[in-house]
Amino acid sequence: MAAPQPYGSIIGDGLWRNNQALVALLGLCPLLATTTSATNGLGMGLATTAVLILSNVTVSLIRNLVRPEVRLPVFVLVIASFVTTVELSMQAYFYELYLVLGLFIPLIVTNCAIIGRAEAFASKNRVDRALLDAIAMGIGFTLALVALGGMRELVGQGTLFYQANLLLGEAATGLSLSLGAGFQGALVAILPPGAFIGLGLLIALKNLIDARNRRRAAARAAHPELPQAPASGAIAPG
Amino acid sequence: MSGPVVSSPHGPRPYRVDRVMLEVLLALVPGVIVMTWFFGWGTLINIALATLVAVAAEASIMLLRRRPVTPAIGDYSAVVTAVLFAISVPPTLPWWMTLLGMLFAIVLVKQLYGGLGYNPFNPAMAAYVFVLVSYPVAMTTWLAPDVLAEHPLSFAESLRLIFTGALPTGLEWDALSAATPLDEMRGKLDQGLRIEEIRQSPLWGDFGGRGWEWVANGFLLGGLYLLWRRIITWHIPAAMLLALMIAAGIFWLLDPETHPFPAFHLFSGAAILGAFFIATDPVSACTTKNGQLIFGASIGLLVFAIRTWGGYPDAVAFAVLLMNIAAPTIDHYTQPRVFGHAKDRADR
Repeated sequence: MAAPQPYGSIIGDGLWRNNQALVALLGLCPLLATTTSATNGLGMGLATTAVLILSNVTVSLIRNLVRPEVRLPVFVLVIASFVTTVELSMQAYFYELYLVLGLFIPLIVTNCAIIGRAEAFASKNRVDRALLDAIAMGIGFTLALVALGGMRELVGQGTLFYQANLLLGEAATGLSLSLGAGFQGALVAILPPGAFIGLGLLIALKNLIDARNRRRAAARAAHPELPQAPASGAIAPG
Repeated sequence: MSGPVVSSPHGPRPYRVDRVMLEVLLALVPGVIVMTWFFGWGTLINIALATLVAVAAEASIMLLRRRPVTPAIGDYSAVVTAVLFAISVPPTLPWWMTLLGMLFAIVLVKQLYGGLGYNPFNPAMAAYVFVLVSYPVAMTTWLAPDVLAEHPLSFAESLRLIFTGALPTGLEWDALSAATPLDEMRGKLDQGLRIEEIRQSPLWGDFGGRGWEWVANGFLLGGLYLLWRRIITWHIPAAMLLALMIAAGIFWLLDPETHPFPAFHLFSGAAILGAFFIATDPVSACTTKNGQLIFGASIGLLVFAIRTWGGYPDAVAFAVLLMNIAAPTIDHYTQPRVFGHAKDRADR
């Protein structure tokens, strides 16, 4: 097996280079269906992250015990158990949000991003790396969901983080932003077509930033006498 | 007699995009005049506003893409998109909805895909659906035909209505607006009324809605002009209108009490306009002859199905967009045999 991936590169992959929502295009079903508002996106993202962390750690721990022939059913069972746990916890502590997200919580089981990480990463790496990968991938997925949800909410309804108190408690009521009652939003943004258009625009934005970074890196490589930009962490081209 | 010596081949002058688009604009004139006659200045104001926004958006995107601006503006395709959108929306639509619609059409539907010739969807219809889905109330508030005989809206009053939403003093929306014929037919059928009872209303003319059928006639005239000038071929319009008539005819014969006469379907909504001006969009429609027949007929069937069982009163825009997606597949399977090649060897 090749040398284990360095920690920094794992984080960069999860947040940006291999972002499950914007690059791998995995987990599109919850991504498109539940991002009608930033709050819903955040709730869905956090639930997915929780399942991802638990499943990645477990899969990594049992990776040497499970025979390759049966690994996929075992992964699904592991994921399904954790989804049930997360679903019951949400029902207990965030009941309103649970009602809003509804069917999509149990459907986390079928989120390809989770089984994708189990198969592609956790089953081949040590626990510490699997945990880090789950956190990075989960946050990257959550950020994409919140961005898409925020976009759609803002355009369609003229608010941002409306009903954030459902998720974050009464203290978060002040987080809600509104463009005013007179704002007539474009309803299409909240309807399913808006999810596809919004996701397309987000992916285009990411590709635009990547292309600009690549151009700058190429310019720096061609002119080494120019002052070098400080390493920009996760976003630095790998 | 002397003139420049031109060598062969002596074919007809090739059609250029700007010529085609100008002919289309010319062909739209009779319909627009009839619409203005029945529904007032609003139509003309919408056309001017939409054209302004569309051309400005096209120019800005061309500048952003660092492409030459003049050819993109000079081919008049943005103007055609704007006019088609403006005559599809109610003549009282608030100005900013026209603005949003045209930005959506030019920036997202046309230029993001690469500009004229690359857009898989008809920009005017995509914009119409975008605004209809987003602002259903404003998009289904139509002036009653002839209402202007009793309450004439002057040019200034129409302008104020569009830009500020303020009605002239003493007028209410209820006095001005009326359900479109398709809306009326659908709503009354849902209430369990029979066609004869529905047609008692003064909204009806000989075939479709009063006023509306004359608008359709205006567009029919323009469509025949396009056929005569060979800007379009007969395949798509004929297939679409025939399919719509046959589908409507079958259901009308089976149950004439709850299904309107086929001519109603042709002359009430956007069927005529759609058949000659929208479904024939050379970019987003099929290009093979057989494909065009399938494409047109499918649009006709979809229009009937959506009008009869769907959620929106008119269906031309939805049907056209749905078939736009299918057009490349239809073209793929209807490639004509290459001369000199056996059928099964034809390179598909």
